[in-house]
Amino acid sequence: MVQTAFILLLVGIAAGTLGSLLGIGGGMIVTPVLTVFMGLPIQYAIGASIIAVIATSSGATIAYLRDDLINLRVAMFLEIATTVGAISGALIAGVIHPLWLETIFGLFLLYQCFNMVKKLRGKGKKDDATDVEPDVLSTQLKLNGAYTDKVSMEHVDYEVTHVKGGFAMMYGAGLASGLLGIGSGVFKVIAMDSIMKMPLKPSSATSNLMMGVTAAASATVYFFNGAIKPEIAAPLAIGILIGAAIGTRIMPRIQSRVLRMIFVPILLIMGVEMFLKGFGVSF
Amino acid sequence: MKKAQDEIKQAEMQKVEIMIGKVMQIGVMIAAAFMIVGILLLFVSGKSGYVGNSHPHDFSSILLGIVQLKSYAIIMGGLFLLILTPVLRVVVSIYAFVVAGDKLYVWITTAVLIILVIAMVIGMYGI
Repeated sequence: MVQTAFILLLVGIAAGTLGSLLGIGGGMIVTPVLTVFMGLPIQYAIGASIIAVIATSSGATIAYLRDDLINLRVAMFLEIATTVGAISGALIAGVIHPLWLETIFGLFLLYQCFNMVKKLRGKGKKDDATDVEPDVLSTQLKLNGAYTDKVSMEHVDYEVTHVKGGFAMMYGAGLASGLLGIGSGVFKVIAMDSIMKMPLKPSSATSNLMMGVTAAASATVYFFNGAIKPEIAAPLAIGILIGAAIGTRIMPRIQSRVLRMIFVPILLIMGVEMFLKGFGVSF
Repeated sequence: MKKAQDEIKQAEMQKVEIMIGKVMQIGVMIAAAFMIVGILLLFVSGKSGYVGNSHPHDFSSILLGIVQLKSYAIIMGGLFLLILTPVLRVVVSIYAFVVAGDKLYVWITTAVLIILVIAMVIGMYGI
């Protein structure tokens, strides 16, 4: 019992570090470890990973608010889309067959992975999009922001564009997490970084804040139907809070480019995993 | 003039963001404390306080279990508090936008809170 808890603590530290660094939920680490290596039934693994998302989010938000990396306006405006998306996802979950959806989301992630590689290979340019022209909605909603890059010690003012596209993507992100219980953070980072052209660091930090809010609703479902087992979820959550403290110290100190390099294989693995799952192959 | 006002509001907003961070930190620490105490109690006593592999997952049995110092109930209490931390974040964000004098975002954030509460109630009672 003590040994199992210790392993869960270590898994949590790893998932929390990576999750808070990138603004992703860490479910892609937690779920396979619990099902494949620890032989836990899938519903308990999902219950534990939804707790993982909330722990990562809350742990990271504390630090990123202090570092002033989070764009609170972007987070709250887009949160409307993700929460409504999550509810509709949960409501239609029984009606439509989610398998082909997994394939579509998988293909989409692979496409975004390709985009990120293209961005990384772009010569001579700064890694994040520059000279972004804000669109009408972005100006009306005051979505522009600023942060200080601790690596270059630069004060970066940024604008946000394609707000409608980002909003739609966020609805999709909410739908995916309500319907499939996945992609709580990855799709959010993509919506902000790739579509709305926000720099990667504030995108990741803002995604961290948002994913906990989206996950809170589904967490209540799992909590009250008994799928969240205390002896599994708690050691994991403690580990994740420790991991989030580590990840949030690393993120401001590395270059966006490095952060993007870590992101690429994650997108690749998730994309392939989801694509195959659509054809009934699961891990 | 307007710009100067905006800057003051921006600075105010930043202060409030730091306050949100502190409120959340307290929330997370309380949740973590429950979980750690529960886990330690489980290890020391070797008893979950419940029959077989079961655990309490409704309000009354968790509260009753906490009063009776049952390890699983204390852990579940901590996990529930953790689930509430994102709600806390939205609530204090509303306050932040009130302080910043940003009416539009007071409404947007209130809308998020309402949607979230509806979703949680649906989750609690099942669909």
